[in-house]
Amino acid sequence: MKILVCLSNVPDTTSKITFTDNNTAFNSNGVQYIINPYDEIALSKAVELAEGEKGTVTVIHVGEAAADATIRKALAVGADDAVRVNATARDAWFVANQIANYAKSNAFDLILTGRESIDYNGAQVQGFLGELLNIPSISIAKKLEINGTEASVEREIEGGKEVLSVTLPIVVGTAEGVAEPKIPNMRGIMTARTKPLQVVDAIDVPVLSKISHYDTRAPRGQVKLIDKADIAQLVQLLHSEAKVI
Amino acid sequence: MSILVYIENVEGALKKSAFESLSYGKAVGDLTGEKVTALSIGNVSQEELNKVGQYGVEKVIEVNSSDLGQFVNQAYASVIAEVAKSIDAQTVILSNSFSGKGLAPRIAAKLGAALADGAISLPTISGSIWQIQKSVFSNKAIATEELQEQKKVIALTPNSLEATESAVPVAIEKYEPQVAAADLSTVIKDIVRATDKVSLPEADIVVSAGRGLKGPENWAMVEELADVLGAATACSKPVSDAGWRPHAEHVGQTGLAVTPNLYIAIGISGAIQHLAGVSASKTIVVINKDPEAPFFKVADYGIVGDAFEVVPQLIEALKAYKNN
Ligand SMILES: Cc1cc2nc3c(=O)[nH]c(=O)nc-3n(C[C@H](O)[C@H](O)[C@H](O)COP(=O)(O)OP(=O)(O)OC[C@H]3O[C@@H](n4cnc5c(N)ncnc54)[C@H](O)[C@@H]3O)c2cc1C
Repeated sequence: MKILVCLSNVPDTTSKITFTDNNTAFNSNGVQYIINPYDEIALSKAVELAEGEKGTVTVIHVGEAAADATIRKALAVGADDAVRVNATARDAWFVANQIANYAKSNAFDLILTGRESIDYNGAQVQGFLGELLNIPSISIAKKLEINGTEASVEREIEGGKEVLSVTLPIVVGTAEGVAEPKIPNMRGIMTARTKPLQVVDAIDVPVLSKISHYDTRAPRGQVKLIDKADIAQLVQLLHSEAKVI
Repeated sequence: MSILVYIENVEGALKKSAFESLSYGKAVGDLTGEKVTALSIGNVSQEELNKVGQYGVEKVIEVNSSDLGQFVNQAYASVIAEVAKSIDAQTVILSNSFSGKGLAPRIAAKLGAALADGAISLPTISGSIWQIQKSVFSNKAIATEELQEQKKVIALTPNSLEATESAVPVAIEKYEPQVAAADLSTVIKDIVRATDKVSLPEADIVVSAGRGLKGPENWAMVEELADVLGAATACSKPVSDAGWRPHAEHVGQTGLAVTPNLYIAIGISGAIQHLAGVSASKTIVVINKDPEAPFFKVADYGIVGDAFEVVPQLIEALKAYKNN
């Protein structure tokens, strides 16, 4: 089984988010980048599925050379090889087109993405890929099992879950529950350096949308502390002031 | 040119997010002067479909074929795109629900449309360019997305804009789509739904608890508080990791992002990853015994105290308020 895992390189979860150029661009100065946490789940699942010669795992990232450290980390976790499409990842439509273009000439049985990235929170790449490759795509998978050419996927629905059966090839957007993120061991880190990382050129993709500017959220006012001996006051305030009950 | 609003149902009942999408569609139609049509897929009663009129939309296209009784991502995306083309809709609006997240990019790709997912504002329109806001960096910022394509797909974040009523009569029109067999290759084996609970992504009020509650046996009071308020329950990540609560309840950066009117956090420290999923809530109440807990910095109201004392009293106070 050939598995492709799409990796997004995102600011570390604790990063302070600021903007430059009159709030039109993200300020990456001093920001530590990591594998998108959901993609980490996808990668761990892929490595699990491929274990014992059952398959191969290729990771793909659309981005600049600065992301090579993140890609090497994925190789250390257990991916066999990596591809970087050398371009600025303009938006999800651009990224999905690059990945689809690569996948078209490299028949994969399973393509995994995270359910969304924690920077732009798009959840778009999995659906775009499904459509561009004309195969099923499943968003927000909580469980994934492969049996021959059949996948059994548990998908999150509002207030419950749905169990799907679908024939490969498919695209799956993974969420918590699919696998526990793996931590690279020493051997993995050593071998990662020697694993192939292929750099390919990007294809042209028309611009459909772009972010014009950013705003930071207005800070909340001071918290109103209520004495625990006077809880009725909280109820009163929620009714008359906040108007939420 | 027109606007198409896809309205979701659960077992035949239109979802709250469907009404939000309809109101949004109507408001966009008022801005552009275009006619708004709703699209329902699945077995939904006429009575239920008539509710579309309460939100100012005069026409519903009803697709109710047996092979589309349950949500199949690929097939639904094809039907929505087909209907959009058939009525020359330039704009398709849907909810950024769990299903919507799967549908929106597929529909956009089929139509060659620009996609605004996770929309939290109405568009600002100048010529063919629309600007729409969305939450980014796990709620730490808001981005204004500029849609430059004539065709647009907008997936609206549940609970971000209220449904507003303006009643008109509704015409229901049936439509038979051409569904390709390949689009129906995904088979639904089982659906498990907790029908007695308020759905977390759509809830107006969320009662959430963390590791401060010490163990799953202490959740009865959280459930009771949620019951009194008609709220959904949620939890922090370590709580679901420990198996005290199901993963579907975990909110935050790696869990679900929620935007209720009221979020009550009990025994949760307010780590940055937790806040990422809840800080866009309109009102936040924090109950924590540690006055230094970071959650107090983003809260509107706070009680410094032991949850095991405060929550039962809060339940009593709310019951007394409800009885008045
Ligand atoms: C990549 C990454 C992603 C993450 N994603 C998420 C996420 O999506 N969601 C999430 O929640 N976390 C997430 N985390 C974890 C997060 O960093 C925190 O560890 C977590 O939110 C802490 O949960 P907690 O507040 O329940 O527990 P704790 O940190 O243990 O805090 C418990 C709180 O309860 C209070 N308390 C204790 N006893 C009582 C009592 N009797 N009465 C009242 N208060 C009491 C304490 O004062 C304390 O503030 C993530 C972490 C990482 C690294």
